[in-house]
Amino acid sequence: MRMVPLRRLLVALLTVVLVLTATFAALHLAPGDPVRLYLGPSADEAVVASTRHAEGLDRPLAFQYAEWLVRFATGDWGTSIAQQRPVARVLGDALGPTLVLVGASLLLTYLAGILIGAFQASRRRTALDTGLTAVTTFLYALPSYVVALALVLVFAYAAALWRWPSWLRYPAFGAASVGAGLLPPAARLVDALRHLLLPVATLAMVGAAGTARFVRGAVLEALRQPFVRAARAKGLGEARVLLKHALRNALGPVLTLLGLQLPALFSGVVFVETIFGWPGMGRVTVQAVLARDYPVVMASAAVFAGLVIAGNLLADVLASLADPRTEAGA
Amino acid sequence: MSAPDGRRTGRDTSDAPPARSGPVSSATGGRNSILGRVWRDRRARVGGALIGAFVLGAIAGPLLLGRAPMELADVVARRFIAPLARTPDGILHLLGTDRFGRDVLARLLLGARISLAVGVLAALASTVAGIAVGAVAGYAGGAADRAIVAVTDAALAIPRVPFLLLLVALVQPGAVMTVVALGVTGWMTVARLVRSEVRAAKERPFVEAAHALGLRSRRVLVRHVLPNALTPALVAAALGVGSAIMLEAGLSFLGLGVQPPTPSWGNMIASGRDALMIAPWVALAPSLAVVLVVFGFSLLADALESAIAADGS
Repeated sequence: MRMVPLRRLLVALLTVVLVLTATFAALHLAPGDPVRLYLGPSADEAVVASTRHAEGLDRPLAFQYAEWLVRFATGDWGTSIAQQRPVARVLGDALGPTLVLVGASLLLTYLAGILIGAFQASRRRTALDTGLTAVTTFLYALPSYVVALALVLVFAYAAALWRWPSWLRYPAFGAASVGAGLLPPAARLVDALRHLLLPVATLAMVGAAGTARFVRGAVLEALRQPFVRAARAKGLGEARVLLKHALRNALGPVLTLLGLQLPALFSGVVFVETIFGWPGMGRVTVQAVLARDYPVVMASAAVFAGLVIAGNLLADVLASLADPRTEAGA
Repeated sequence: MSAPDGRRTGRDTSDAPPARSGPVSSATGGRNSILGRVWRDRRARVGGALIGAFVLGAIAGPLLLGRAPMELADVVARRFIAPLARTPDGILHLLGTDRFGRDVLARLLLGARISLAVGVLAALASTVAGIAVGAVAGYAGGAADRAIVAVTDAALAIPRVPFLLLLVALVQPGAVMTVVALGVTGWMTVARLVRSEVRAAKERPFVEAAHALGLRSRRVLVRHVLPNALTPALVAAALGVGSAIMLEAGLSFLGLGVQPPTPSWGNMIASGRDALMIAPWVALAPSLAVVLVVFGFSLLADALESAIAADGS
């Protein structure tokens, strides 16, 4: 059983090398001297030289490149300049919240997207279908930061202003309330879920709109296939034809779509985490960029790429489970 | 299943089969009929009208309004004036004022110049780069093709915003840098589309004829193969402008794109964010502008995609 073809693994490996190389090149091609930037313009020439030597920045570029690859591969990602902690620990702390956010969003994205898309396909070319297409096209054109701000405006600010009931009022910042640690476990879980709701809703809304558009096309395509005619000919009801035959066969392409959606999702995460103060990878990266904390920025770009690659390989496995004929990349 | 040569752009709305099989009848005739079909499509007209309105506003607005969008006058008396309200000295502010008492509409239209220019230039850069890469890969074939495809696939798996952050972190942020960064990270879709079109086009009889006439490969590629392989890239380019505008606004929103006081939609949203509760219009007006323009470009792209699909079948 070969669920992930060799070619995909090679591309994955190539992606990691590409990101690391680009990161290294960017750092060394960028105007400005990182040592000067770090020490400040008034630093003594001798100190600059000795720091450069201590950091190994005076050695041949090829040598530095090889060393950077080896160090990165062995998990030595250096120390955060701004936080004075190992980069691996900074990003390790941020990884969990991001995975929670992304996991919940993906689940909702696919659930809603497949339902809406399949529903549209079953009502194709009705007013309802056209209307939903307009809505999903519009939602798909919305940048995540606009959706996030709109949700904050309505479900946090307006809700507080007009004293809406608590099921319509959600926190707009952070992953937990102040003092949530003192709450009993059940209340703490509720508090965490309430904090999760607006960020997840933001990501899932845009994602589900894109998925629905794609699912609609894929199901319509499947409905045109001969096996659907056969299923109808043997007298199956339209619902059964749609769910068991058309949708099942459309799932393969939809799972492959994950490969295209994941990078976009992780891009959205950067904005959503920044706006909602979610303590994840995106927020850490933005803060690191603003603080010129290069070690963190470089490592996080690589980790983001790694997450997408892992997701892609997972999608391949899922696609081969959904459709046994798939031997992708062949 | 799942042919990696993406003929679709990942978003398919047309009812027609997405993989088009038939060849374009002739270079100009084919394109004309596609343009005609696009024009008859209501989505294209709505999208075009939206984009046109903003382009017109961007060009004419700052001239007509005549207010200095960067000027700071009596801040206390003029700040956070609601849309359609008048200042104490009787000046009407259609979209209200921001926290420094600056007219939001005037800044919005001046910002439109920057946002639209950055978006179009970035999309142009990435489209040209994508066409070059795709044409070389598709025409060369063999090992060069395989290497380019592998690099393209790899680059496609890199999430764009985190990578943009990396690029921006290393230089002084600004409009020019934003165009470069967006161009560098956006060529892959076009490259894949053009590559598969070039591969298909180069097998056709007139290409063989051009070779038989003794034309050099570069001339054959540029004059005969490429014109027949560019239509699908149009869709990707239209989507590219939309996403570049969205990303420019996003980067500026994070404080890493166009820098204040120069207005861009992104940094206007960012500055309005702090006042979301007392003066929501400051953030909402530029947000709506981004949304409408991006929506316009995606409608246009949808119409183009349907027209191209219909042309093939």
